[in-house]
Amino acid sequence: MSSSTSLLGRPLGTLRRLGGGPLTRVGVLVLAVFVLAALFAPWLAPQDPTYGELGEGFAGPGPDHWLGTDGGGHDTFSALVEGTRTSLVGPLAVVLFSTVAGIAVGLFTAWRGGWVDTVVGRVLDIVFAFPALLLAILAVALFGKGLSAPVLAMAVAYLPYTARLVRSLTAQEKVRPYIAAYRVQGHAAAFVALRRLLPGIVPTVLAQSTVNFGYALLDLAALSFLGLGVQPPTPDWGAMINQGQTAVLQGQPLSAIVPAVAVVLVVVAFNVVGEHLGDRLAGRES
Amino acid sequence: MPLLEYEALHVALPGMARPILDGVSLSVAEGEAVALVGESGSGKSVTARAALGLFPDGAETGGQVRVDGAELVGADAATLRAVRTSKASMIFQDPRAGINPVRRIGDFLTEQLRLVGGRSRAEAEARALELLGAVGLPDPPRHLRQYPHQMSGGMLQRVMIAGALTAEPRLLLCDEPTTALDVTTQAEIMSTLRRLQRDDGLGLLLITHDLDLAAATCDRIYVMYAGRIVETGTAAGLLAAPRHPYTAGLLGSSPPLDGPLTRLVPVPGTPMSLAESAPGCAFADRCRFVRPGLCDQAPPALAPVGTGLVACHRAEELTALGGPATAPDPATPALAATPALAAPATEENR
Amino acid sequence: MTTDPGLPLQVSGLRKSYPAGRTPVVAVDDLSFSLRPGGALGIVGESGSGKTTTARMLVGLERPDQGEILVQGTPLAARTRGRAARLARAKAVQMVFQDPYLSLDSRLSIGATVDGVLRLHGSLSPSDRAARVRELLAQVGLGDREAAALPRRLSGGQRQRAAIARALAVEPTVLVLDEAVSALDVSVQAQVLNLLSDIRRDTGIGLVFVSHDLAVVRYVCDEALVMYRGRTVEHQPVADLLASPRHPYTRLLLASVPRLGWNPDAIAGQRRDLAATDTPAA
Repeated sequence: MSSSTSLLGRPLGTLRRLGGGPLTRVGVLVLAVFVLAALFAPWLAPQDPTYGELGEGFAGPGPDHWLGTDGGGHDTFSALVEGTRTSLVGPLAVVLFSTVAGIAVGLFTAWRGGWVDTVVGRVLDIVFAFPALLLAILAVALFGKGLSAPVLAMAVAYLPYTARLVRSLTAQEKVRPYIAAYRVQGHAAAFVALRRLLPGIVPTVLAQSTVNFGYALLDLAALSFLGLGVQPPTPDWGAMINQGQTAVLQGQPLSAIVPAVAVVLVVVAFNVVGEHLGDRLAGRES
Repeated sequence: MPLLEYEALHVALPGMARPILDGVSLSVAEGEAVALVGESGSGKSVTARAALGLFPDGAETGGQVRVDGAELVGADAATLRAVRTSKASMIFQDPRAGINPVRRIGDFLTEQLRLVGGRSRAEAEARALELLGAVGLPDPPRHLRQYPHQMSGGMLQRVMIAGALTAEPRLLLCDEPTTALDVTTQAEIMSTLRRLQRDDGLGLLLITHDLDLAAATCDRIYVMYAGRIVETGTAAGLLAAPRHPYTAGLLGSSPPLDGPLTRLVPVPGTPMSLAESAPGCAFADRCRFVRPGLCDQAPPALAPVGTGLVACHRAEELTALGGPATAPDPATPALAATPALAAPATEENR
Repeated sequence: MTTDPGLPLQVSGLRKSYPAGRTPVVAVDDLSFSLRPGGALGIVGESGSGKTTTARMLVGLERPDQGEILVQGTPLAARTRGRAARLARAKAVQMVFQDPYLSLDSRLSIGATVDGVLRLHGSLSPSDRAARVRELLAQVGLGDREAAALPRRLSGGQRQRAAIARALAVEPTVLVLDEAVSALDVSVQAQVLNLLSDIRRDTGIGLVFVSHDLAVVRYVCDEALVMYRGRTVEHQPVADLLASPRHPYTRLLLASVPRLGWNPDAIAGQRRDLAATDTPAA
C-alpha cells in the first residue's frame, strides 16, 4: 500500500464500512438524495424556478406545482431542487478551504512547536472568538453581496476548528515512538509529518469537517435569509425563506417551510453522519 | 477454613474461543503469602478481582469464591460491600492511576476512614497517621498534607497500601504491586507487605509475572497458563524442581545473575490469547515434551506429583526422567552445556 | 579523549539538562565511555538515572548541552542539515525502542516498514529490495506471513523482532536498545535475548543495551556502566561488576534482585542509607 492511496483510501474505505444504526443510514440516505438533486438539478426541476406565473401566486400543492408556488408564482419544488446547488456548493467551499488550510496551519505549528506554536495558537483563539456570521457580514460590507465574499470569510472563521483539532492530534502523535523511529531512520521531517503522521489523523479531521459542513450551510442560509448572500433570482434556500417570510404573515407558510425543512434535514443529517464517523474512529483508536 | 478459597472458578466471555478462567481452585490462609504467577492473558488479574466480586462485564460465571466464608459468585450488593469494606482490599500496579491528583494524601485516607469506618475527623486523622507509619513512610504528618505529585512512585504505592488498610482487611490482593516501580523500590514495597502479613496475620495474594519475585516473597506459588492452574507447590520446591514444562520454561527463560552463563532455552511461540483454544493441554503447542495423541486429547487435571500438584499428562514420566528442566530434550539435544554466545541458532519463533 | 577510528563509539563529557523552575535538572552529567569493536555495553540504572536520555542523545533525538559522540572517529553532528547528513547519522546509530506496541507505524505492514528503510538508504531495485526484506525478517525469525501483517496482528515479541529488523536494515555501526525486552512476557523475552546474541555474533555490530535488569545485561553485554542520578557510578566488565561491585548503589541494585532467601527488609535499610549520603562518587 503506497502512502498516497492510504491518504485517500482510508476515508473512502471508512465510508464504505460505515454501517451504523438506522439513524446513521437515514442520514446517509438524506445526504445522498440532496447530492443527487444538486448534480441533476436541471433535469429534475420540472419548471424554471426563475420564471414566475403572475396568476398563480400562492398556488397550493397540485399536479402542476408539487409543492405549490410562492407569491410571485415561482414553482417551489423547482426552486428547492435548483437551490440545492448554491446551498450545498457554498458550504462545500467553506469546508474544503477551512479543512485544507486548517490542516496546513495545525500540522505546521504543532510539528514546529516552540514560539511559532504559541503565537499561532493565540491568533487562532482570537479568530475562534469571532462568530462566523459576523465575519461573513463584515465581508459583505467590504466586498459586496453575493456568495464569494461570505464564503471566504466563513472559511477563515471555520479554520480554527480544524486547525485546533489538527494541532492537538499532531502534538499527541508526534511524541509517539514510531515517529521518533522514523526520525532515527533518517527520514526528512517533512516526509514524516506529511506522509506518515498526517494520514493517521485525516479521518478524525474529516469527521469534524462533516459536522462543520452542516453549520456552514446553516450560516450561509442565514446570510441569504438576511438578504446578504445569494441574490434573487438565483434560487437558494436561505433566500427562499427570506422571500417567504412575508407570506407566512399572510397565512401562506408553505413556500418558507419547504426550504426551511430542507436546511434542517441536511444539517441534522450531516451532524448524525459526522458524529457517527467520529465515534467509530474514536472506538477504533481505543 | 481458608481466608480466601476458589473452587473451580469459571469465567467466560461470550464470543471468545476459550474461557478466561477454566476451573481455577486456589486458597490463601490467614497469615499466609501466596503468589499467582502468569504471563499476559493467563487470567491472573481476573482471578484476583474475583476475590472482590468483580467480574468482567457480560461474563458468565460458575464455581465458587469465598472470602472468610462469604460466597462472592452471584452475591448480592450487601455481601459484596461487606467483603470490600471490611475483609479484602486490593493494591494495583500503577499507584498514580488510583488516586485523585488534585487532592491531598490526608483527604484520600481520611475520606475512606470517615465514610466507611464512621470515625470523626480527628479520629480519622489519627488513624491515617498510624497507617502511614505502619507502611514505613518516614514523616506521616508531612505526607498527610502532600499531593500525589510530590511523592515518588514507591512512596505513593505505600500510601495506596495504607489506603487499602483503612478497611482493616484480613486479605490483601496485590496485582503486580511493584511492576511499575524501580527494582530498589520493589524491595521496600515487598518488605512492607511482608511485615503486614507476618506481624498482623494478613493473608496475601500476590499477582505477578515474575517467578523469582514470587519465590522470594511467598510461601506457596500457583502457576497459571491460559486460564488454568498448571502447577502449585511451595516456593522452594517449585523453584528447585519444577514439574510442569511451562514452569520449567519460565525458569529457563530468565537469565541467571550468578553461576554459569549458558544459552537460554526459551519457550517457543507466544502465550495463548482468548481468541485461541486447544482441545487438549493449552500449553501443548509450545511444549518441548508434547506427545501427539496424548497431550492434544483432553486438558490434563491437577494431580499430585512430588510435593505439589501438576496438570500435565506426562508429569509422572518427566519426573522419572529428572523433571522437565533437566530431562533430555527430544527435539534439540545437547543445548544445556553450550555457552550463551556460541550456541547454534535454534528456531524459536513459531 | 583521543580519536580512534577503530572504535565504533566514543562518548566524552556528555551532559544534558532540562529547564525546571529556577535550577535546571541535570539528566546526564559528564558521561564518557567507549565501545570496542563488536562490543556490547550495558547502561544500567533506574528511572531518572539518565539512561534513556543517554540513549536518545546517541541517536540524535536529544541534543547534548556539552560533550561529543564519535562514531568510528567521526563526530556526530548535533544537528543534521540535508539528506546526506541525515542518512549518515542514521547509518551511524540505530535504535530499538521499549514499547513494541507504540514504536511501529500501525498503518504499514512489517514488510512495508522495512522496505521503506531500504528505499531511503539504498539504491536497490524493487525486486532486490523485496529479497533483502525477506532476508532481514528471516534473520529475526519472521516469515512471509508476518511480513504481510499489520503490527496489530502480531504479538509483542514478533513486533520487537520487526523493530530490530527495521534497525538492522540501515546497517548501522551501533545499535542502541532502550529497555527493548522489558515490555515482553518472560518466555518471549528469552527469545529476543537469544536473537540479540545471535545478531551480535553474526554481524559484529556494536550494542548499547539500556536496561534496569542486571541479569539481562549480564546475558547480552560484556561491559556494564551503572548510572545513578545522571552520573556514572561504576563502569566495569560485567563479570567483575557482579562479582565485586565497588559502589554502594551497585551493591544495592544487586541485592534488590529477588531470589530465594531474599531479605527485602535489609535492602530497604540499605537504600535509606544510600539516600542519606546522597552524593554519588564518580
